[in-house]
Amino acid sequence: MTREISLNVNGVPRTASAEPRRLLSDFLRHDLGLTGTHVGCEHGVCGCCTVLFDGEPVRSCLMFAVTAAGHEVTTVEGLGADGGMSPVQRAFSECHGLQCGFCTPGFLCTVTALLRDNPRPSEDEVLEGISGNLCRCTGYQNIVKAVHRAADLIAEERTDR
Amino acid sequence: MTFGEPIARREDPRLVTGQGRYVDDLGRDALAAAFVRSPHAHARITGIDVDDALDVDGLVAIYTWEDLDGRVGEPLPLLIPHPALTHGRTAHPLARDVVRHVGEAVVMVVARDRYLAEDAAERIRVTYEPLPPVVGVENAVNASCRVHDDVPGNVGAHLVQETGDVSAAIGAAPHVLEFRLDIERSASMPLEGRGVYARWDADDGSLRVYSSTQTSTSVRMAIAVKLGLPANKVEVIAPDVGGGFGVKIVHPWPEEVLVPWAARLLGREVKWTEDRREHFVSAAHERAQVHHVRVGFDDEGRLLGLDVRIQHDHGAYTPYGIIVPIITSTQLLGPYKPGAYRVEFTSLYTNTVIVTPYRGAGRPQGAFCMERTMDRIADELGLDRTAVREVNLIRPEEFPYDQGLIFQDGRPLIYDSGDYPEMLRRIKELIGWDGFAAFRAEAERAGRRVGIGLACYVEGTGVGPYEGGHVEIDSSGRVHVSTGLTSQGQGHQTVFAQVAAAELGVPIEDVTVTTGDTRRFGYAVGTFASRAAVMSGNAIALAARKVREKALRIAGEALEADPRDLEIVDGVVRVKGNAAASIPLRTVAVLSNPLRYAFDEAAQQATQFAVGGSPDDPPLTGEPGLEGRDYYSPPRSTFAYGMHAAIVETDPDTAEIRILRYAVLHDCGRLINPRIVEGQIHGGVAQGVGGALYERMVYDAEGQLLNASFMDFLMPYATEVPRIETGHMETASPLNPLGVKGAGEAGVIPGSAVIAAAIEDAEGIRITRMPISPSELYHLRLAAASGVAERTNRAGSASPS
Repeated sequence: MTREISLNVNGVPRTASAEPRRLLSDFLRHDLGLTGTHVGCEHGVCGCCTVLFDGEPVRSCLMFAVTAAGHEVTTVEGLGADGGMSPVQRAFSECHGLQCGFCTPGFLCTVTALLRDNPRPSEDEVLEGISGNLCRCTGYQNIVKAVHRAADLIAEERTDR
Repeated sequence: MTFGEPIARREDPRLVTGQGRYVDDLGRDALAAAFVRSPHAHARITGIDVDDALDVDGLVAIYTWEDLDGRVGEPLPLLIPHPALTHGRTAHPLARDVVRHVGEAVVMVVARDRYLAEDAAERIRVTYEPLPPVVGVENAVNASCRVHDDVPGNVGAHLVQETGDVSAAIGAAPHVLEFRLDIERSASMPLEGRGVYARWDADDGSLRVYSSTQTSTSVRMAIAVKLGLPANKVEVIAPDVGGGFGVKIVHPWPEEVLVPWAARLLGREVKWTEDRREHFVSAAHERAQVHHVRVGFDDEGRLLGLDVRIQHDHGAYTPYGIIVPIITSTQLLGPYKPGAYRVEFTSLYTNTVIVTPYRGAGRPQGAFCMERTMDRIADELGLDRTAVREVNLIRPEEFPYDQGLIFQDGRPLIYDSGDYPEMLRRIKELIGWDGFAAFRAEAERAGRRVGIGLACYVEGTGVGPYEGGHVEIDSSGRVHVSTGLTSQGQGHQTVFAQVAAAELGVPIEDVTVTTGDTRRFGYAVGTFASRAAVMSGNAIALAARKVREKALRIAGEALEADPRDLEIVDGVVRVKGNAAASIPLRTVAVLSNPLRYAFDEAAQQATQFAVGGSPDDPPLTGEPGLEGRDYYSPPRSTFAYGMHAAIVETDPDTAEIRILRYAVLHDCGRLINPRIVEGQIHGGVAQGVGGALYERMVYDAEGQLLNASFMDFLMPYATEVPRIETGHMETASPLNPLGVKGAGEAGVIPGSAVIAAAIEDAEGIRITRMPISPSELYHLRLAAASGVAERTNRAGSASPS
């Protein structure tokens, strides 16, 4: 028994049919083809599947797609403007903030919201802000650097404007 | 020159924008597989009833062992046979009669999507007659029951290596100590689990398989054999892989055989994506080992004889052989001269998940053993712990240093280069070893309890037998590099491009790198043992040198110059000192392929009426195309090394353990990309911290894994990993053209050793098993207070209250 689910993903209205039990993560990945959102545990601990839901970071593996109907979702594919990279994406690349890249989309969404709410986080605020996302490759050293770097890049963009 | 520069990774723009392609991102319309897995650690299957599942909408097929035809139904291969592995056993892809660990696959279900496949799997009723399980080393040794009926004593392997006469050396030693050291189970735990996606082309009789593997070439061979296909009808691709850390070197997994088999049988695309619980109970673990140490030493702490007996729990099957305890046995020695050395291990079956290499692969246990021994000796003699290490270090002038053992590659354990005393000096300086007493005194005055520890290791990297590289410059000047080994986040697309760009004299932007795709490179071994940079790096360098030589020859003909007078700068071949006499590599590539037909404008230059040359010479010399292939096969491993030091604080009330500082010195020979090497160290240290303080597989007596989720198996978040201070030394390896050594695993190796040392120093209580939780430390304090747990001698003088 499927139903039509309409929502706004990365600024684009999307509709697809899925069963009520379909997880938002599976819906994004397999029904909408947005495979940048990854699934690492399916029980809400690793944070790989983090997307922005009406702007707030959520675990898309802990939500049904039907509950997202009518809402706005931003995935890693939608973080950059005009096909370019967002400051957070650029910072992760510049600072070697990723290795295998599997957890990265979740971190990018988390950090995007973090810096929107707190443009100049302290070291402890950064650690706290990303402490819901697991990374098995980097030891987090360069992710922390990347968050500070992203804060710089965002500040520079504001000044340029 | 891009070699040696910390350039940004070339993988990243794709990966940070969601354009990565991991196995589960492919095959959107493929059928999905799910598995019914054993809920018992040890049981006989008495019946499988699938009737209820048949009604599930979208069900395509259900398979049990009886359905597996040909070689698919046979046991999986024993990948690394060894004479000492007298009782090697491997699983069937689907259990035949008996299951030997919780999570073993019993039934395979294929359906329209994963939800439906799991619906059907849930309705399949397997009945079991439970058998007594064997859990833990003690149980296995006691052998009141057997994991395999035909393996007496649950002993899969027994191996002894000895140099010198250990009994005599220890017997004559002025000081002798004897103790036991334990390490518990952990696991690689990549954030992407395993996954397989197979496409059968019935018209062509060929198979394409995507697998999240560390060795696509060997998966290909295994699938070809199992399915009775010629290898050239099977292609295996490791796409983006979300971390490996060892677990994905095991192959073929049951699913790697079954998914392609079903795809061919059904004539449909089939995909299986492992979920997290499946990864916990059906992939692989590592680390669990018991070590009994007996050591004899002189008044200065110099080792005279070292006798280590190891009990290794290898789980229910031995597909990867006994590599882990072999590595512990040999790498235990670290940077030291052990005097006489005897090591004996017994590798035991238990009804638990298989044990295969996880980053470090037996070395963390070896380092724990040796470094705890060093600390113990220092405590016994009342000497500084670094002084005891110092007298045992191999000196720089003693290289190559033969430890007199056989290493994991079947070759002699001969260290190639290094400067251990200098590194010890530098790590002490970095952590402030000599000034620590003052820091401790100050902390004590504030009611704080702190301790310092240090641990060393030597890591054999870049094991053979070989890797290959292929380099091709096309007629647009683009450089295509391929190698057969795979990538799981190590930045190979960057470092191999750096190697090729440096060798060829081209801008790195012109270079693209493909790894782990048998369509591009069919011969390879795989990514493990910190070997990619050493093996493929050198193979690619050698291949690039061939291409360079060919380019200079052809350019020399075109420019009427001696190739020895030519150089390549920014992708242009030119006469040294005369930039006007030049020819771009893209044009050389055109000329390298004498043509009859011009497929584009550039190609016109190579057609038969356009080229000059002598009418008496054949148009083609050697092979067409500006490409080259070469292989690197080392005589033996090259040995990287490092030293870690940590300062910890333990809470006097709650026993919470906090790492205040963590310092690393590391020498992996010449650095291709310092930033990437540092990233590898960071990641390794984080896993070392996890293994020391948080991660353990908790099995109950029935063989149930009690913490098979990320809720309960605690991996470090950013809040658990300290800031890591690093320093590098660069002692080139004399064994390979680039002078490099491996770096991938290093960071994890001394983790448990260094943290245990620091906690012991803080607490004055002997730490003999890792990991250690605050709760365990708290109970250890109680045990020490009641005289059950042993205090260090030093604790008498500098005991915390």
